[in-house]
Parts: sequence; structure tokens; C-alpha cells
Amino acid sequence: MDNLVLTLIRFHSGEAIMNTEMLLLWSDQLPVSLTVWLILVVLAMYLGRCQAHQLITSSSGAIRTLFRLMARSFNRLAIRLNSRNKEIILSHGRDAVEKKIDREFHRVNALVKKDLSGYPAVQRKINDAIERIEEDFSSSIEAPPLPPSWVEGVDTIAKTAKAADPTVALILENINQSLAKAQKEALDEYRKNSQGRHEALKNMLPTWRNVSQQLNEINKNVDGIEGQATVIDKHMEEYESIRNKEDAAVRKLLSSSVTQLFISGLVLIIAIMGGFINFQLIALPMSEMVGGTSQLGPMKTADVAALVIIMVEIAMGLFLMESLRITHLFPIISSMDDNMRKRMLIITLSILTILAGFEASLAYMRDLLALDREALTQSLAGSEIISAEFRWIPSVGQMVIGFILPFTLAFIAIPLESFIQSFRTVLGAVFCQFLQLIDVIFRMAGNIVQRCGHILIRIYDLMIFIPLEIEKQMAGRKIRMKKIKTNIKTNADQLPVLTEEKLS
Amino acid sequence: MKYFVILISAIAISISGCNTEKPKTKSVYMLLDTSGTYTKELDKAQKIINYLLATLDSGDSLAVARIDSGSFSEKDIVSKVTFNTRPSVVSDQKRVFKRSIDGFISGVKSSSYTDITGGVLQASEFLNETRADEKIILVFSDLKEDLVKGHMRDFSIPLVDIKVVALNVTKLRSDNVDPRHYLNRVAKWQERVNQGGGNWSVLNDLERLERLISG
Repeated sequence: MDNLVLTLIRFHSGEAIMNTEMLLLWSDQLPVSLTVWLILVVLAMYLGRCQAHQLITSSSGAIRTLFRLMARSFNRLAIRLNSRNKEIILSHGRDAVEKKIDREFHRVNALVKKDLSGYPAVQRKINDAIERIEEDFSSSIEAPPLPPSWVEGVDTIAKTAKAADPTVALILENINQSLAKAQKEALDEYRKNSQGRHEALKNMLPTWRNVSQQLNEINKNVDGIEGQATVIDKHMEEYESIRNKEDAAVRKLLSSSVTQLFISGLVLIIAIMGGFINFQLIALPMSEMVGGTSQLGPMKTADVAALVIIMVEIAMGLFLMESLRITHLFPIISSMDDNMRKRMLIITLSILTILAGFEASLAYMRDLLALDREALTQSLAGSEIISAEFRWIPSVGQMVIGFILPFTLAFIAIPLESFIQSFRTVLGAVFCQFLQLIDVIFRMAGNIVQRCGHILIRIYDLMIFIPLEIEKQMAGRKIRMKKIKTNIKTNADQLPVLTEEKLS
Repeated sequence: MKYFVILISAIAISISGCNTEKPKTKSVYMLLDTSGTYTKELDKAQKIINYLLATLDSGDSLAVARIDSGSFSEKDIVSKVTFNTRPSVVSDQKRVFKRSIDGFISGVKSSSYTDITGGVLQASEFLNETRADEKIILVFSDLKEDLVKGHMRDFSIPLVDIKVVALNVTKLRSDNVDPRHYLNRVAKWQERVNQGGGNWSVLNDLERLERLISG
């Protein structure tokens, strides 16, 4: 290493000596030699000005073209990616809205089946009620009692022969009494009938109420269906907008994807934390099974085994969610026939339950090991071994957590699916923006290179401004001389004419 | 599915992130000086052994031997153990070991001579047999060797890759008169250990033992 450094120093010092010699080539005095060098360089630059300008212009032009080509290709890629991304977003959006509409129709169907299927029965009830009301109404019509036809005749007899004969008077009195009695009876009968009619009218009241209630219910159901129809209309509008590939729809769906990504990401982080707790719960007791010293690469075999169990639980959770058709990560499971899917559901649920039981026992074992270790540490420290009260509470708690966590981890499939779908969309959009940024950068770089070429040409000319100025002066002088010559020649041509004119 | 595999790998890496280093197995051999009045210091040794028991784990080895008149012998090993891979068995092994040491310390008798070299040689053999990643000999002694007439210990001890730590090197009465005795004694042992390829250190403050074992 030291030798290498020395060689480098020597090389560089030799190079420096050579440079000094070159500088002092024309004279021993540095300023003189430098001036000569400068003149030579300026002269050389002046002579090669045209070629240098061409070189700079063509180089900057070539670099600019290259940058513009690259920018264009990135732009095309961005456009293609954007179009593809848009298609994916719209496709996902279309699927989602189709599902929503389908669900709404199912709801309407259920509503119709549930409420309007009973409509004939309700109608029958209403008809019955109306018939009853009609009957009651007809029975409640008032029929006034007819006055007896013989009353007027009797009245006349009673008036004419009142004072004639006391026997007749007595008879008439008896008739009068009978008549009064008959009238009283008729009045009582009338009152009784009126009371009956009132009773009938009173009976009509609940029937009226029943009819009103039935009608209200029908009204409510119809309103519910109307509400569902409004929701369906809204979804249909959204669907139309997606089908027409409107930009507003794409923006809305993209924004929704970003929100989904954040939410599902957050839930996944929580799930990972849950997985970590689960790992801590079973890693120590696992060493009791697979040994605490063996290694699998850089990791303990016990840790790997604990991780494998957690992974298997997550996988079972995924299959369970697939079998329930909650997620659609594995099309092969979704496309299974119902019987097979049910079998799969039972199998995965059974495995998950067994694993949960296994974890609960491991959690208990962990607690036992921790207790044993604590007791040993106390004994080694020479302190008295204290058995804590209610020590069973954390033991039970750990067992419960050990049992519940696998089932909780099973639900990771839902945010995972959402995360994957939204991640794809968002990543595509971000990458598209990135490509567009590169496009802009390359365009800018191309323009900058072109400007730099122009500036370089100006700097070049600035360095050789003395010979350029001389050239300019000489060119000006040449032009002036040429003009003078032209003038002289013109004058010479005009001179004989003038002389002739003067002479004439 | 590709994203799922990536995510699962990320979870695995994040969970195992703190355990990427392969744990090293340790092998500790402790020599207890039982000569003369040094037996009174053995309660300190007992605490050190307890500390070692609390610190060492599955796969580690621990042996405690006495230094007596002729220490180059398996008979002088009070107790030795290589901890099992199962944590529950490890706890039982530690309990048995502790009982054995407690029994030894309560009934220890002073030896007439102090063969430290023989003990270190025996320790070296034991440690090499364990094939542990880290080998430590703890010498709990005042380092004053007193050999039986005729015992040859004046040779280099093979201690390659072994850390030799002298613990509780008490100052003798003569050391107080001339401290050079103490310094020479320690220097002599350092030279012998270094000659044998080992790594020598002295640790009189037992509070620093933690750094030695964990480091």
C-alpha cells in the first residue's frame, strides 16, 4: 500500500516537473513564456473558430435531440401506463358499482318479497273490514217508529164524549191509559234500538283504525322501495359515468383507492403488531419443543417454528375468507361448487380452531416457564420465593389471547385484499407521475444543453476577441477601401463627360 | 399473490429483525481456591456461581472445580453441566447444580497446597471439549501458587481462544509490605496466559462480572 502511494507521488511529481518545463518552453521568464503560450492558444482558437463553433453546435444539438427522444419515450410510456391504469381503475370501479347495484336490487327484491308478498292478505283484510263497516253502517240506520193510525180516531172520541157518561168516561180513561202505556213502550223500544245502533257504530271504530293502520303500513313499504330506488338511481348514475370513462369518475375512484390504501395499510400495521404479540407468546414455549439452541440460518429454529405457525394461521384465515366469499384473492376457491366450498370452509375452520387451541396451550406453557424461571432466579438471588396472589389471572389472560389471536389474524385477509388492489392502482398512478417528471426533466436538460452550447460559443468568441476585433477592423477597412475604389472608378467614368460638358 | 408473498416476507423479517445474530454458546470453568484462609472467601464465589447460573442458558456449559494440592484431575471438579435445549430442563439442571455447590461450600476443607496451573490445565481441557464459541476460565484465587514438592508446572499452558479472568485476587500480608509481590504475581500469570495464547484479565470488583459474561 505504501509503495503504491510513493509511486503515485513520484508519478505526480514527475508530471508536475514536465508541466513546468512545458510552461517555460519559450522563455526562462514565466510571464513571457505564458504570454507566448496565450498568444499561441488564442491564435489556434481563432484559426479553429469555425470548426469549434460547428463542434459545439452539433454536440449540443445531438445531446438535446437525445434528451428530447428520451423525454418523448418516457412521455409515451407515461401515457400508456396512465391509460392502462385508468382502465384498471375503471374496471375495479365498475365491478364495485355493479356489486353495489346488485346488492341494492337484492334488497329491493327482499323488501318486495317480505312486505308486498303479504299485500293480497292485507287487501283481503281491508275488504273484510270494509264489509264489516258497511254491515255495521246499514244496521245503524235509524228507522223512526210509525205513529198508530187509530190514535186520531181515539183522540176524537175522547174529546167528544168526555163529559156525557161517566161509564164512557171511564172507558175512555182506560183507553187513554192504554194508549199512554203503548206510547211509552214504543218509546222504550225506540230507545233500545237507538242504543243498539250506537253500539254498532262504536264497533266500527277499531275496524276503521285497523284499516288505517294497514294503509299506513303499505304506504311505509312503498316509501322504503322508493328510497331504495333513489339509491339505485344514484349508483346507476355512477355506473354510467364509469362506463363513459369520464375523468371525474377516474379521479373519484383514484381518490377512493388512496383512502383505501391508507386505511388498509393502517389495519395491516395493527395486524402485524398482533402477529408480533402472537410471536412473543409462542416463541419461548416453542423452544421447549424444537430446542432452544438449534439454528436455521441466522434465526433460532424455535423462532422459525413460531413464525411458521403464525403464517399457517394467516394462510388458513385467507382460505376461510375465500371460502366465505368475503375476499377474492384465489379465483380457484371462489369458483368451486358450493359443496366443495363448504367442505373447505369446515376444514380451514377446524385447522384454525386446532391451531388456536395449540396456541392457547403454548401460552399457558410460556406462563409456567416464566414462573419457573422467576422462582429459580429468586432462589439463586437468595431471596425468599413469594407466590403472588391471583396468579391465575395472567395465565388465563394469556391463554385467552393465545386462543383469540389466530382468529383475529384470520381477518387480515380483508384489509390485505383491499391493500393489494388499492396499492396496484396507487402505485401505477405514482409511477405515471414519476415518468412525467422524468419527461419534464429530460426536456429541461435538453434545452439547458442547447443554451449551454450557445453560451460556450460566446465564451469562445470572448477568449479570442482581439483577433476577432482585428479581423472586424480589417474587414471594415476592406469595405471602405472597396467603396473608395468604386467611388474613384465612378468619378473617373464621369470625369470626361464633365470635361466635355465644360468644353461645350 | 406476489404482493402477498412480499408482505409475508416483510412481516417475517420485521419480526425476526432483532434476532439476526447467531447466539454464541458459552463455556465457563470456575476454579475455587480452597487453600488456607481463602476458604473464607468462598461465599463470594457462591454468589458468582449463582450469577453464572442465572445468566447462562441453553447450550452453555458450566463447571466448578476446586484448586487443591494436585488440581490436574477430574476428581477436583465439584459439578459440571451442559444446559439442555429445553428451558424447563435447564431450570432443573440449575437447581441441581446449585444444591451441589451449596453442599460443597458448606463442607469444604482447606488444602495444604495450591496447584493453580494444574487447575487451569484441567479447565483448558474441559473447555476445549465443549467446543463452545466463547471459553472462559474464572480463577477465584489470590494467585499464590504453592506446589507439592516434585510437581512440575513450569511449562506453557495451551489456552488458545480462552479468556482467563482472575477474580477476587486478595492482597496477602506480604503484599502490603511490598506491593511489588502482588504486581509480580499478577504479571507472571498474565505472561503465562499470554504465552499459551489466552487472554488475561483481572476482575476484583465483582460488580463488573456482568460485563464480562454478557460481553
